[in-house]
Amino acid sequence: MLQTPSQTVGPYFAYGLCPEQYLYDFKSLVPSDRVTSSHPATQPGTQITITGKIFDGEGVPIPDAMVEIWQNDGKNRLFGRFGTGTDPENRFVFHTLKPEPVDGQAPFITLMLFMRGQLIHSYTRIYFSDEADLNEKDEALGAVPADRRHTLIAQKNDSVYTFDIHMQGESETVFFDV
Amino acid sequence: MFYFDKLYFDLYKTPGCRQNTFAGVYNRSKMNEILCPASDPDVQPPRLYPEYKSTVLRAPTRPLVLLKKSLAELSGPVFGDFNPGPLDHDLTRNAVKNGEPLGERMVVHGKVTDETGRPIPYALVEVWQANAAGRYIHKVDQHNAPLDPNFLGAGRCITDSEGNYRFYTIKPGAYPWGNHPNAWRPNHIHFSLFGANITSRLVTQMYFPGDPLLQYDPIFLGVPPKGRNLLISKFDLSLTEPGFALGYRFDIVLRGYGATPFEKS
Repeated sequence: MLQTPSQTVGPYFAYGLCPEQYLYDFKSLVPSDRVTSSHPATQPGTQITITGKIFDGEGVPIPDAMVEIWQNDGKNRLFGRFGTGTDPENRFVFHTLKPEPVDGQAPFITLMLFMRGQLIHSYTRIYFSDEADLNEKDEALGAVPADRRHTLIAQKNDSVYTFDIHMQGESETVFFDV
Repeated sequence: MFYFDKLYFDLYKTPGCRQNTFAGVYNRSKMNEILCPASDPDVQPPRLYPEYKSTVLRAPTRPLVLLKKSLAELSGPVFGDFNPGPLDHDLTRNAVKNGEPLGERMVVHGKVTDETGRPIPYALVEVWQANAAGRYIHKVDQHNAPLDPNFLGAGRCITDSEGNYRFYTIKPGAYPWGNHPNAWRPNHIHFSLFGANITSRLVTQMYFPGDPLLQYDPIFLGVPPKGRNLLISKFDLSLTEPGFALGYRFDIVLRGYGATPFEKS
């Protein structure tokens, strides 16, 4: 059977997909910035915050994107969803647990990006700047041209990691074909 | 297909290889290909489609990097335990303040399957749409058409054990947008689904049969010709509820094979 084609999430997803974050009177699937377990048992881990902006081809922060993150390190399976329209700087913010390395690969979080102007969503990965040794040896990062790897690495400052996404331009983020 | 199914079955019997795609399968390359068949370029839209103007500054310009799947791509969030509210599937009632929403009542039925036609039970289906006048309740929508105090336009449901979903709503109106002079979006309902794993994640739009605006809509036309009809619901008299609501069918095929991701305890 043929796959149902993708269509853009459009500019008006907020009241349907992130209602509580945008103050609509409808229960959210998951809390807006608190990443939640999609599996009953959550095991202890290191609490971290990840934040970033998404820039269009003219370097303007995108105020109507929806970001979903998914992490599964075999211990915890966590999902989060956040729209960039409520933060004054159009950032996304996630409070989550730092994922553990799996099979000796560098820890990462999967990020899915939906927005007006994307007929089909984009996948990327968030790696961590304080995992230089594992990043160096990581198979997936190794498949990325060396001069673009930095676009996948969130920069740590205390317990906050910054992960900006550039849709286009010199520092265009690497997006994956999954 | 036979070959495929047999291979799948052999792998499924392999200890540690669970149909549910969680731990144990991620380093098996054959399973990897099977559980994550590629996005189909014959039906899926391109990233850059200049007729849809906002793709121009938002579509990635460099080639995507092919990713060897890991545990993360072979799994996905499980919402089988999410309990929708009793009216979450009924947009004609879930935001009533002082009366019924205005417009043409309709009911949408559909089956969610994988690419082999196997039903996907306990899948989360989220929907959102404009009201009958073509106005979204979203604060950014400034279209000069009335809001309906009794209509939010958002809902969700979980597919049953056969992959079926159903929700009641009001037929959404067409509305103008700024893509090009005299641009109007055809009537549509937005859908969001989670499939077997995150590679089968789908956000799409359901359209209506015979809509004259479809031929002018760059979002719809961004889909290659082979895929377009898959986005048009079918009017179905047998689903139409006498004296109450017009029935439409919109079946959805998620990328991926044979996987039932939703753990129901």
